[in-house]
Amino acid sequence: MFQPRNAIEDPRIVRVGAVAIAALFVALNLVLPLVVVFSEALSSGVHAALAALKNPDAWSAIRLTLIVAAIAVPSNMIFGLAASWAITKFDFWGKSFLLTLIDIPFSVSPVVSGLIYVLMFGMQGWLGPWLRAHDIRIIFALPGIVLATMFVTFPFVARELIPLMSDQGRDEEEAAVSLGASGLAIFWRVTLPNIRWGLLYGVLLCNARAMGEFGAVSVVSGHIRGLTNTMPLHVEVLYNDFQYVGAFAVASLLALLALITLLVKSFLEWRYADEIAATHRH
Amino acid sequence: MTPLSVATRTAVRKPSALPGFLPTFAFTIFYLSAIVLIPLAALAIRPWSLGLDGFIKAVTTPRVLAALELSFGAAAIAAIINTVFGLIVAWVLVRYRFPFKRLIDALVDLPFALPTAVAGIALATLYSQKGWVGAPLSELGLKIAYTPLGVVVALTFIGLPFVVRTLQPVLSDLGLEAEEAAATLGATRFQTFRRVVLPALVPALLTGAALAFARAVGEYGSVIFIAGNLPMVSEIAPLLIVIKLEQFDYAGAAAVGLVMLSASFLILLMLNALQAFVLARR
Repeated sequence: MFQPRNAIEDPRIVRVGAVAIAALFVALNLVLPLVVVFSEALSSGVHAALAALKNPDAWSAIRLTLIVAAIAVPSNMIFGLAASWAITKFDFWGKSFLLTLIDIPFSVSPVVSGLIYVLMFGMQGWLGPWLRAHDIRIIFALPGIVLATMFVTFPFVARELIPLMSDQGRDEEEAAVSLGASGLAIFWRVTLPNIRWGLLYGVLLCNARAMGEFGAVSVVSGHIRGLTNTMPLHVEVLYNDFQYVGAFAVASLLALLALITLLVKSFLEWRYADEIAATHRH
Repeated sequence: MTPLSVATRTAVRKPSALPGFLPTFAFTIFYLSAIVLIPLAALAIRPWSLGLDGFIKAVTTPRVLAALELSFGAAAIAAIINTVFGLIVAWVLVRYRFPFKRLIDALVDLPFALPTAVAGIALATLYSQKGWVGAPLSELGLKIAYTPLGVVVALTFIGLPFVVRTLQPVLSDLGLEAEEAAATLGATRFQTFRRVVLPALVPALLTGAALAFARAVGEYGSVIFIAGNLPMVSEIAPLLIVIKLEQFDYAGAAAVGLVMLSASFLILLMLNALQAFVLARR
């Protein structure tokens, strides 16, 4: 069929070449590492992989990862809701500075994110002697792991909600208040239905990072097997022990989580494009 | 300056009909301080227990300098690679139609979603001498795993989405009129790209590269497995912090951490200045 060549259409060879380069780069750089995870996990058969997952240390790592995410993600969700309400529904002095502060954790190295809590609560940290005198353990224990995870996932929900709620404006809430609705009623019945998909989007990304965080958690965990190893840390321990099947079996659980996250994320971007933050529309 | 922003500046907070400012604002400040600001202050203060001379000595030992050089150098190379390929990937995703486009688009986010430790062991396996990519390359005499090249490979993996996701919205918003005008004035497609499209993309390219660079400088999990971690050769700065912490050299670890934190703030500042400059020019 004859098609007139558009003046701003790239020559066919450029189009085919660029797509080929892009596809090859994505395949080599992104797809191949993903395939290796599953193929190494199954290299000694399904039973060996499943056996590695049934190991008590693996179980306790899975449990710890779930516990940490179950504390860190809701905390950051509540913070994200509070911060975006204060920032988008009111005008106050220093707002853009506050926005910059909220973004800080994204630009801090994961290792530094763990380091700061060691400097606070570690043996030689600010509060170290006091904590020891009162027999409270934060570093090399659950609280430290939760704090480090909260830090690295701190901005996710707020960063998603603030542009969204600022786009949506205040008219609906102001209408509700003029009709006599209470603050909580406005939030539950007006704001939340407007932001639910954006909230889910932020929580989804926050959760993926919380369950997969390695650097920050590795600094504060102490790597105590069966006690303070999260799933990513357990992967490291097994890998350094040359237990490759076990390491990749646990890693493939994490890779599955990543794939599910991507799938849900793509679905939300496709189905609810207008109801998640504008920055993601493309 | 618009009248509105003048009005905002005259009062600490403009009156609003909506309830809930005080509790949400107070909680935001409390949570931000507890999780982010106070721990970061601990990092800013701790190194000075060494004194200024001690601080300078701690961050200028040959081993620390070599680690900083590797982290910043490899991050810069990876950022350049990602800027080139990120532009191609973003271009084909925005401008062309081809099979599996949605899949490739979704896969670009894989480095955000895949836990870094999983990426780390996958890349180390892939690029080792027996790996799918490492074996053919080592036949050619090229060693990647356990050399500084391995660090570049890992940092290239994690940096791609920053460039692509920064470019995509800018590319889609770029009107085709300018390109059509260039074509009617007799420009070849290549001239149009070089003189019309590329200049419009420069701010986004720089922003994407800076984001990828900032993330790569502090990256830990995806690097340590493939790097080999030889002191002075393939040891990255975040790993050096971990090693110093294991030796209970808190102040030394904090000193390196503070240098890295200052570097990332500097990048953030330059980014903001760049964006302000671009906005002012419009």
